[in-house]
Amino acid sequence: MTTENTISINGNGFSFKPGDTILDVARKHDIDIPTLCHLKGATPTGACRMCVVEVEGARTLLASCATPAAANMVVETESPKVVETRKMLLQLLLASGNHNCAISGSAGSDWTAFQLKVHKDDGSDELCPVWGDCHLQELAYRYQVSGEAFDSTEVSYPMETVNPFIVRDFSRCILCGRCVQACNDVQVNNAINFGYRGAPTKIVAAEDKPLKDSDCVFCGECVQACPVGALVEKDARYAVRPWETTKVRTTCTYCGVGCQVHLHIQGGKVVKVTGVEDLSPNFGSLCVKGRFGFDFIHSPERLKAPLIKKNGQFREATWDEALDLVADKLGSIKDAHGADSIGVLTSARVTNEENYIANKFTRAVLKTNNIDHCARL
Amino acid sequence: MTNTIGCIEKADVILVTGSNTTENHPVLSSYVKRAVKFRGTKVIVVDPRRIKMSRFADIYLRQNLGSDVAWLNGMMNVIIAEGLHDQNFVESRTEGFEELKKTVEKYTPEYVEEISGIPAEKLVEAARLYANAKAASILYCMGITQHSHGTDNVKSLANLAMLCGHMGIEGGGVNPLRGQNNVQGACDMGGLPNVYPAYQPVTDPAIAKKFEDAWGVTGLSTNLGLKVTDMIPKAHDGELKALYIIGENPLVSDPDLNHAEKSIKNLDFLVVQDIFMTETAELADVVLPAKCFAEKDGTFSNTERRVQRVRTAVEPPGDVWDDWKITCEIGTRMGLPMAYADSEAVFEELRTVTPSYAGITYDRIDQVGIPWPCLNVEHPGTPILHRDQFTRGKGLFHAIDYTPPKEQADDEFPLYLTTGRLLYQYHTGSMTMKTAGLNDRAPECIVEISPADAATYELEDGEKVEVASRRGNINATVQISTTAVTGTVFIPFHFAEAAANKLTNAALDPVSGIPEYKVCAVKLSKAA
Repeated sequence: MTTENTISINGNGFSFKPGDTILDVARKHDIDIPTLCHLKGATPTGACRMCVVEVEGARTLLASCATPAAANMVVETESPKVVETRKMLLQLLLASGNHNCAISGSAGSDWTAFQLKVHKDDGSDELCPVWGDCHLQELAYRYQVSGEAFDSTEVSYPMETVNPFIVRDFSRCILCGRCVQACNDVQVNNAINFGYRGAPTKIVAAEDKPLKDSDCVFCGECVQACPVGALVEKDARYAVRPWETTKVRTTCTYCGVGCQVHLHIQGGKVVKVTGVEDLSPNFGSLCVKGRFGFDFIHSPERLKAPLIKKNGQFREATWDEALDLVADKLGSIKDAHGADSIGVLTSARVTNEENYIANKFTRAVLKTNNIDHCARL
Repeated sequence: MTNTIGCIEKADVILVTGSNTTENHPVLSSYVKRAVKFRGTKVIVVDPRRIKMSRFADIYLRQNLGSDVAWLNGMMNVIIAEGLHDQNFVESRTEGFEELKKTVEKYTPEYVEEISGIPAEKLVEAARLYANAKAASILYCMGITQHSHGTDNVKSLANLAMLCGHMGIEGGGVNPLRGQNNVQGACDMGGLPNVYPAYQPVTDPAIAKKFEDAWGVTGLSTNLGLKVTDMIPKAHDGELKALYIIGENPLVSDPDLNHAEKSIKNLDFLVVQDIFMTETAELADVVLPAKCFAEKDGTFSNTERRVQRVRTAVEPPGDVWDDWKITCEIGTRMGLPMAYADSEAVFEELRTVTPSYAGITYDRIDQVGIPWPCLNVEHPGTPILHRDQFTRGKGLFHAIDYTPPKEQADDEFPLYLTTGRLLYQYHTGSMTMKTAGLNDRAPECIVEISPADAATYELEDGEKVEVASRRGNINATVQISTTAVTGTVFIPFHFAEAAANKLTNAALDPVSGIPEYKVCAVKLSKAA
């Protein structure tokens, strides 16, 4: 195939639109080119080089996320040279920090010593907090590599745990920059960026201050973007494991934007919230309330049974008792003072179905139009 | 919103007024910020506080509290005088232009400067920027509506958008940002004293007949009902005897709380249905426990009118019920059988009497919600309203004069107070205050004050201060901030123990019945 807008990937011809990158074309046709730093919706940086491909006639491997598709380009995504490069990149990354998944140690070197060192750094004897939910781990399995090919690098920055929401574990950061893009290009909160240069490079907030003393608003976009265990929700760290959770998609209960959320359920409880990617209105983004403000669901202060007040004190009642009392009282007030002596406040917090029923109840049962809600307040 | 959230990124100019978007609609604010960063979109912020969004703005205008009609008339004065309005749109799509033109004539930038404090040349600059845009979007929130003349403010925004033809197009529109997950839906579903679902007027006998037939009842009232802000005084006067409150906490959210509390205590019978023992529930005769959003099925309608699914994720904490089921059980006991298998059965009924929802089904919105109106099951929904014509046909300009807010600062109460929300708390706090981390970030009631005012009143950051108005007083912690503009302090209304609404003025907008939360006069003194 040699038409104007055709590219060959792994021997198959695909058409493309001007502006498409090699990665775009591949993804559109379910060809799986691995990426680490690539963040949908943000400008590709080509920083991690994981998405390199071999292009006929090119002197070096090219980052597919940053290389525009061109007419008659011939691309191989898993050639021996590509695979060899990816393996080396992964080995370097695995050796660069506390990546204590089962991958490390599989080459037969000192597994125990490494684990003990990481446990000491973590203050925990668990495996990595994102075990099973880590892009680096996935790729290490896919390419069958471990971290022993290179000497492990010293971890130079301590963990940051001084804010209530996010743990920043620099020992697991691979400096892919997804969090920086999530913060600067998606949420545009401009709170974090690359700091220092060369080997000491670190993702910093303000002048390397803790997040809580920076412009960070704890939206958690960076946590959702982090492909490894460097940024983890504080409460979910170690406590929430993907193989023990299920996800239910619903709509956020706070403001009127209506963000689509996944509630992560473990042991019958909501333990974590993430934004639903790729769909309007929020395309994965959330704010601090939507992502972290879910404790009220399982608060011990939730009302658990109907209550009736007697002599100024509440006592628990059965549903029948409470409902009979309400129906009886409203009925007798209606009879004595007329329907318009009763009002109903429905709620901007409950569903359409529930508002519809409140509207029907007020008008068809009470026979008044005295119904309103807090839209005005 | 007349347009969608996604549409915001297609605007060339965005006018943000009376909306602290980055704190109250953070995810939506990212659309504005991205437009600025990646598309070079120009932003005009008009707000009494130097809010974070002003950092992204090309023009920041600080208006005196309650002077919105004046500066909007001023912008229109400039636009008409310079011939920048969309004559085509005005001729073909609107009526009432001559009256508008006559009214705004006296609102010269210099005159407006006297009222609003906005420098004349900055107003001219903003007017030109907005008018010359190919598509300009207006985003507004409670800073526009919570005034004794809030309806006038909203109409003035609509005037401006129509004048420049920024209606019915991509990237344009007049876009109110809804502050609660389902305010839109509560209004759509007839949770209002004057309309049935889909805004069908209660005063129209034909509509009443339609609902009598649909519900199998007779004798539906064709009298206008009471607004919440009428119910409270009527309770105070003994005319309203009983209230059934579902998921609301008026004892923190109502204006002039001392008066509201007295009124509610005066009721013969109060039922509160909620997920927590709120300040309001404490006063109830019967409290009915309801499921929270994570425990129920249904739909919410977001600020862009998109009807989206809510799904059961976890079991409720005890023997608590769906709100609809509780209400149905009361209705059934009072003589009208109201039985539904599940929330979908309720939805199937409501869409038969709600024309704008008629084409929406749970199946259709399983993956992506549909913005109403959606008239039948083939209809794709309506992302942009008023494309070819307005609801009434031609768009009507309202010629409106500026009237000052009901309360002015004076010698005794020399500072202005405006109220609102913080990023880390939500409304009356009954949900957010259960998360330790959010309380860590926003632990207590603050009064945000400019460095100059702090110096005048000799206040230190972090010290307690008493804030008093004609109606009440509270203690709050001083937060000196350059967000505050000298002469005006800000207090969030989340905190029951220092409820800003003990201070606020219950003066109402005559049309909407919205209280003037955004303007009242206060004084500060060192807390005892």
